[in-house]
Amino acid sequence: MKKLLTALLLAPALALASGATLHLDKAPDVQGDKAALQSGAKTFINYCMNCHGLSYARYNRLTELGLSEQQVKDNLLFTAEKIGEPMRVAARPVEQKQWFGAAPPDLSLIARSRASEAGSGADWLYTYLRSFYRDDKRPTGWNNTVFENVGMPHVLWETQGQQILNKDHKLELAVPGKLSAAEYDKQVAELVGFLVWVAEPGAAFRKQLGIGVLGFLVVLFAVAYPMKKAYWKDVK
Amino acid sequence: MAANTNFEKYKSDGSLQGNLLEWFDARFPATSMWRGHLSEYYAPKNFNFWYFFGSLAMLVLVIQIVTGIFLVMHYKPDASLNENGIPVAFASVEYIMRDVPWGWLIRYMHSTGASAFFVVVYLHMFRGMLYGSYRQPRELIWIFGTLIFLCLMAEAFMGYLLPWGQMSFWGAQVIVNLFSAIPLIGEPLSIWIRGDFVVGDATLNRFFSFHVIAVPLVLLGLVAAHILALHEVGSNNPDGVEIKKRKDVHGVPLDGIPFHPYYSVKDIVGVIVFLMVFSIIVFFAPEGGGYFLEYNNFIPADPLKTPPHIAPVWYFTPYYSLLRAMVWPLFGIDAKFWGVVLMGGGVVILAFLPWLDRSPVKSIRYRGPIFKTLLTLFVIAFLLLGFLGTQPPSYAFFGVIPSAPVAQVLTAYYFLFFLTMPWWSKIDKYKPEPDRVTM
Repeated sequence: MKKLLTALLLAPALALASGATLHLDKAPDVQGDKAALQSGAKTFINYCMNCHGLSYARYNRLTELGLSEQQVKDNLLFTAEKIGEPMRVAARPVEQKQWFGAAPPDLSLIARSRASEAGSGADWLYTYLRSFYRDDKRPTGWNNTVFENVGMPHVLWETQGQQILNKDHKLELAVPGKLSAAEYDKQVAELVGFLVWVAEPGAAFRKQLGIGVLGFLVVLFAVAYPMKKAYWKDVK
Repeated sequence: MAANTNFEKYKSDGSLQGNLLEWFDARFPATSMWRGHLSEYYAPKNFNFWYFFGSLAMLVLVIQIVTGIFLVMHYKPDASLNENGIPVAFASVEYIMRDVPWGWLIRYMHSTGASAFFVVVYLHMFRGMLYGSYRQPRELIWIFGTLIFLCLMAEAFMGYLLPWGQMSFWGAQVIVNLFSAIPLIGEPLSIWIRGDFVVGDATLNRFFSFHVIAVPLVLLGLVAAHILALHEVGSNNPDGVEIKKRKDVHGVPLDGIPFHPYYSVKDIVGVIVFLMVFSIIVFFAPEGGGYFLEYNNFIPADPLKTPPHIAPVWYFTPYYSLLRAMVWPLFGIDAKFWGVVLMGGGVVILAFLPWLDRSPVKSIRYRGPIFKTLLTLFVIAFLLLGFLGTQPPSYAFFGVIPSAPVAQVLTAYYFLFFLTMPWWSKIDKYKPEPDRVTM
């Protein structure tokens, strides 16, 4: 029996021995930092939401990031009348398809769907948004080392500046933008943090509740196990 | 003791409560069911860790049914696109996750429950193999169990289409297409199953109907049959000896203890430990590292975009590997058809175990080195097949050993383990069984 179990435990370890090809930078975790998430929300609404919706999320959910309803209404409510409405793009997907050839995807779940063996969805987004470079062969003038021949232009080029792919096929900043490299990384980290939050706004509460549930089960176990022992005392 | 239906009827002590119970018991077998199935159903006293998984499977079944009822209240089986260009079915799942109070918990319990169901059922089946629980007189229990396993696979497969994500869609597309490999009737058959030329709204609606009504009904019936048959012949135990052979003067097995309260209090402990593991996944890792909820399934189904690698959910991967291992056409019929035959055969062959096993003893405790070695290899083969099923066929171990021939060797082993069992189980050494169970 023991030998059998040991063999069982070793089998997967034996099998898992392949490396991922895509290298992703680790995205900083900003989930506990409300100011960072608010700033990410602002970046998203100002830069991304012209094309990408968050159609499963509602504007009033942004109040969970520490904003008041009035603050959301005054500063962020661009594409809807009421605060209870979803954060969708102003254009309809059908129109977008006519204009761009393909409708830019809804990004509500992008931080979950981009996860892979190479890294979390946040890592992918964090690396992707910092990997645009100038490419005259592309219709938009931009290409990306993480997402080859991507249809999206580099929307944040004003803040990052313009990168090129140098002789060694490495990214190099050719024209600086409004922000320094470190500041741009922070802007992207906050934007990615917001996308992670919006992919599952209840995630923090879920984990909190989980601790309570486990605590309850521990107490229940502490009662149930002695009860079992007491009943089984006479079974020999 | 078998489920005795001849227990004495309840006699009232004259109180109102007693009179009511007497009236009720005269018209319904309440007392006899309670006594026959619980308080006087004698189970062997030496059940170990492996015997928790039957009751846990029942628990997960209840979790799935209850959470499923609440999911159906908000889920919409509709493949058409909403005003944001998202399929209604996919959007309704996100609506449950975000806007329905506690919807996220119900949904995660259901999605985690699906994986948990297979974990406990695989362990439950393995228990049967360890201790020979399928052997005479429990063949029918085992056959009902195999049918439950088949139903469970159908239930999980059809349920997986409902979120209408990329993996839902393409997984269903691949599996339904398998039927088209059957000669002559294959093509019309697969169209008949889908109700369309591709997986579409018609498929989604019929899978929904099967998932929430048809298959659960059959499943519940089979579970009832599985338990009735078990209580007719009595439970096996880790020693594989019959406790009914040694009885006291009242006809109670000497090594038997009443299921209630002994095993009810013991199973409560098992349930609590299981719920701890279940809760850790539901609350802290509901995606199960991409194995319980596949990352690609957070992208709405798109019939125009085939994902580069279509992997079934983990619990199907051993059988998916059997399917992929067959690459040679035979008798002028496409290899895909023989792959389907292998996949189906891999499940069906389990039902024949009671007649393939010719060992004079049941339990691994008294069986010889051949059984122990071959069973260990079987488990390793099963796990490796499962792992390879999650990987593309081009996968290579350590980057050098191609996996396709490995999967073929493992597939051959999977079937040879069963097909040669009548021979090796007979020549294997064995130790004499004890008269009574050991604790």
